[in-house]
Amino acid sequence: MKRHDIYTLPILIWLSLFFTIPLSITVIMSFMSSTPYGGVTLPFTVGNYVEIMKGRILAILWRTIWISALSTLITLGLSLPVSFFMATSKWKNLLLMATIIPFWTNFIIRIFAWIFLLGNNGMLNNILIQLGIVKNPITFLYNSWAVVVVIVYTYLPYMILPIYSAMEKFDFSMIDAAMDLGATKIRAIFKVMFPSIKGGITAGILFVFIPALGSYAIPELVGGRDSVMLGNLIAWEITTARNWPYATALSNILFVSTALALFLYLKIQGSDGK
Amino acid sequence: MDKDGAVYSVELENVTKIFDESTVAMKNVSLKVKKGEFFSILGPSGCGKTTTLRIIGGFETPNEGTVRIDGRRVNNLPPNRRPVNMVFQNYALFPHLSVFENIAFPLRLKKMTESEIREKVEYMVELVKLKGQERKFPRQLSGGQKQRVALARALVNEPRVLLLDEPLSSLDAKLRQYMLMELDRIHDEVGITFIYVTHDQAEAMSVSDEIAVMNNGVIEQVGTPPEIYESPANTFVAGFIGETNFFVGKVVDVSSEYLKVETRFGILTCYKDKEAKIGDTVEFMIRPEKVYVTKNYPPQNMNFLRGKVDQLIYLGSHTKYYIMVENTLIRSIKQHTRYWMDESTISWDDEVYVWWNPDDSYLIKVTGG
Repeated sequence: MKRHDIYTLPILIWLSLFFTIPLSITVIMSFMSSTPYGGVTLPFTVGNYVEIMKGRILAILWRTIWISALSTLITLGLSLPVSFFMATSKWKNLLLMATIIPFWTNFIIRIFAWIFLLGNNGMLNNILIQLGIVKNPITFLYNSWAVVVVIVYTYLPYMILPIYSAMEKFDFSMIDAAMDLGATKIRAIFKVMFPSIKGGITAGILFVFIPALGSYAIPELVGGRDSVMLGNLIAWEITTARNWPYATALSNILFVSTALALFLYLKIQGSDGK
Repeated sequence: MDKDGAVYSVELENVTKIFDESTVAMKNVSLKVKKGEFFSILGPSGCGKTTTLRIIGGFETPNEGTVRIDGRRVNNLPPNRRPVNMVFQNYALFPHLSVFENIAFPLRLKKMTESEIREKVEYMVELVKLKGQERKFPRQLSGGQKQRVALARALVNEPRVLLLDEPLSSLDAKLRQYMLMELDRIHDEVGITFIYVTHDQAEAMSVSDEIAVMNNGVIEQVGTPPEIYESPANTFVAGFIGETNFFVGKVVDVSSEYLKVETRFGILTCYKDKEAKIGDTVEFMIRPEKVYVTKNYPPQNMNFLRGKVDQLIYLGSHTKYYIMVENTLIRSIKQHTRYWMDESTISWDDEVYVWWNPDDSYLIKVTGG
């Protein structure tokens, strides 16, 4: 063992304990079979993956992807102007605080808050009925749109923070310079600011898209029967169906496809620069 | 005067700019910059000189007053529609674009053809001496090179006026001197109006046709470098441009050319640059290079004081003397025109005469008594 290896030892132990070992277990388990009472047993088999490839879950996989992609796009659309406003505001720190404060409340409680807001007996429906705009409550919840709304709400700060931090470092005199050289403000922002904050945008997209792919609690609480996502399916296989090998095979598919998407995305991001 | 009939390139008329109740950046500023001039706005930091430049560039809108460029009122024109371009203090080069693309930026916005762009950029690269650097990115350039790119980018659009906001402040002294000469050369070559903002009086003096001295949002004086240096309009200008010795006193006698003034150093004679009568309080100055320090008794009709050498600073080409007279330091500069051993015999703590010709003083202010 070389001397400098000692310094990397803690992180090595950390990674093996909490990353490599659990991951290996899920990989091994996904190649085993389930027993009737929820255990796992030999022999090794590829049956779980074959089952997945048969395509019954393709609809769920597709839904998981579009819900995540759409939510990411909406958070991006909201975060750009918000971060711009924050970065140029006098009250930067106050606004930054306001962005982070929701994290102090439990995640599940915040989802329930949305149920109180959008439910059939919720605030929004009450207001609409009181104002006489509708006669009967509108069902906002229990569909994929509700899932998108709550994902956007939950992950918005994860998009705002990296973009804000990139914009905060951005030298705004470059916008002046671009305008001075003949660009309109909008063009100056697109041609000069966007290339400079690309890193922040990339980070934000990853911070939102990847956790969104693994959503479980949000579709469970505000989604309906037709908004089941991959996370829910995995949870169902583990708890109700007690088929751990199948569940781990699913989660490995999620893991590999996320890693692949990440790899491709970073590759594309890297190549259009210099 | 050229075809559109305007004599002045840039005119400010009673421009006032207030940022909030507490910050008045410009108070009733009026300026006229002639076509083709190298015009400097000089002042300490926070005097409103950058705001003045930004108002001409269109980055700020005046609260009151009129801004004209080539005789046309431009108060409401955004920067992208004004025939002026700016070199920013920090250069504001676009980090994701190469030198070539930085310079080509305004041309691409105008949708010029590739061959036109190539031709114009190449001319600019030649003008600012950046040949061979076109493919580099801003982070690969030295401070001086960045400066040249910023200059080329601002000039490629062929503006009527080039605005320069302390462009040399982040360069070291040697390079600053060199870039200043380069600026002067480029100004001669392109022939447009340059408006140059700086807090460095030596920079402003060495290249400007005219200088506006600004302080606290007000223009204190506009004039050629010798006018500003030799006949400052007030104490602020006199003190800001170079070093000087001030004297205050009461007029005790008036002749056709001179005033006799009773000061705390005794009676001194000063040249009558302004009308004054007996009993008036006056303030006059004498520049250090016009003050002599000798051990011998001074010639006739000179103002002279007696003092002790407090400090002397040898600077190669000249020596600065600080002479303590009545608890006040009088500054003198001696230019060395001979080999040093043949010249100076004055040293620390020597008792000396400090003297000057009354003709060389300048009467700054007369207050009726």
